[in-house]
Amino acid sequence: MLLKTPLNAVHKQLNARMVDFGGWEMPVVYTNQIEEHNAVRNAAGLFDVSHMGEFLITGKDSFALIQELCTKSIEGMEDGKVHLTVFCDENGGIIDDLTIYKHNAEQYMLVVNAGTMPDDFEWCKKHAEKYREVKLENVSDKITKLDLQGPKAQEILQKISDTDLSLINRYWFKVIKIDGVEMVVSRSGYTGEDGFELYLRTEYSEQIWNKIMEVGKPLGLLPCGLGSRDTLRTECGMMLYGHDIDRQHTPLEAVYSWVVSFEKDFVGKPALQKQQEEGLKRKLVGFEMVDRGIARNPYPIYFNGEEVGVVTSGTPSPTTGKNIGMGYVRYDLRKPDTMIDIKIRDNFVKAKVVKLPFYKK
Amino acid sequence: MSEHKFQEGLYYTKSHEWVKIEGDTATVGISDTAQDLLTDVVFVELPKVGKVVKQLDTACVVESVKSVSDVFAPVGGTISEVNTALEKAPETVNQDAFGAGWIFKMTGVNAAETANLLDVNAYKEFVATEAH
Repeated sequence: MLLKTPLNAVHKQLNARMVDFGGWEMPVVYTNQIEEHNAVRNAAGLFDVSHMGEFLITGKDSFALIQELCTKSIEGMEDGKVHLTVFCDENGGIIDDLTIYKHNAEQYMLVVNAGTMPDDFEWCKKHAEKYREVKLENVSDKITKLDLQGPKAQEILQKISDTDLSLINRYWFKVIKIDGVEMVVSRSGYTGEDGFELYLRTEYSEQIWNKIMEVGKPLGLLPCGLGSRDTLRTECGMMLYGHDIDRQHTPLEAVYSWVVSFEKDFVGKPALQKQQEEGLKRKLVGFEMVDRGIARNPYPIYFNGEEVGVVTSGTPSPTTGKNIGMGYVRYDLRKPDTMIDIKIRDNFVKAKVVKLPFYKK
Repeated sequence: MSEHKFQEGLYYTKSHEWVKIEGDTATVGISDTAQDLLTDVVFVELPKVGKVVKQLDTACVVESVKSVSDVFAPVGGTISEVNTALEKAPETVNQDAFGAGWIFKMTGVNAAETANLLDVNAYKEFVATEAH
């Protein structure tokens, strides 16, 4: 049985094409994936991403637990701030990438991926045991998560909020009312555009979805599925768990070195230190196709006839008009302009390593 | 799902290819239903002229933003011509699946192989059942 978000019936009413995504029945496209993609780049798009998981960590020992679990230090993190971070296992392999919301020194929210959520929670629970004053709560099924993304996002949301949204800066959040409903609203997202992530109680799902659609429609807002979410995030070089990152890869090999704080202790630190001392053997890079073809996960990557890596994400990029991708290559091949070959079925198709992201606002 | 078009006089596979038989030659494409299921076709990897395929062998590949789908040869034969216009304009497959969106032609076709295929009415019925 597939899991359903509280907005499942709304998606079906909108004639969305539903797919199984990590055990969840999710909308992949409503009308046209490229139109949805362009709506986010040019106006706005609304995504139901309620399949994602939310954990609350409260109590005096919250800080110590989070420092132990996450690679990025939260020392000096301000109340109301959002951090991107990673859980590593003892080998430095990525258990998940997630965001941390800090309400105050004794209250945090962790937002994790859908497919990894059950394992993530067990992992947190196991590490929380030795702390006396910490409470860990899985509130994933009590929270609806909506992402409103695009240059018109603020204008749309402002129509139904009395809070001046321009006061919420990028990677900050506030607890405010939207259409009279209290919720966590952060200025952040997974599309490379301006926009907000909204966390509300499930009982208000339809009210808020419908209200945002109603006030947003005249401004070009479209409901957007996971298909456009994927092309948008790929253009921005953002990692997708299970594709670009997993337990077989470390944050140093991916593009997450910047969320690793070696100045503090965390699970996986000795392994990552060892990897750094010995030198990386592979690195995740972006590439664009030079010859005709679309790279896909998990096509092999070649250099001078030798297999040197694997594609982790690949797609036509509606915004740049190029066929783009990401993948791991031998470390010495990571430099931009390095020519590589992607093996697409029986053909070797030329591609070129380029700097990430492919698209920047 | 939008209303699909069907064309008389063609034979269809359960994997949604169509074939038009003229003597011992054949023209092959994917159906309007197939292009709708695929959504935006962004790439067509055409077969090589001269390639010999048996009935229901993979002949070539069409790709949408999210997916890669094999195109199976509805009948056996030798690839004699490919629609190179699709290299520049793959979206033609979406716009005119039964016309300008044809993918390849074959020679040396044995028309008797159409016995294993669906005619337009059987295909319509198949699409209707599959949708449920």
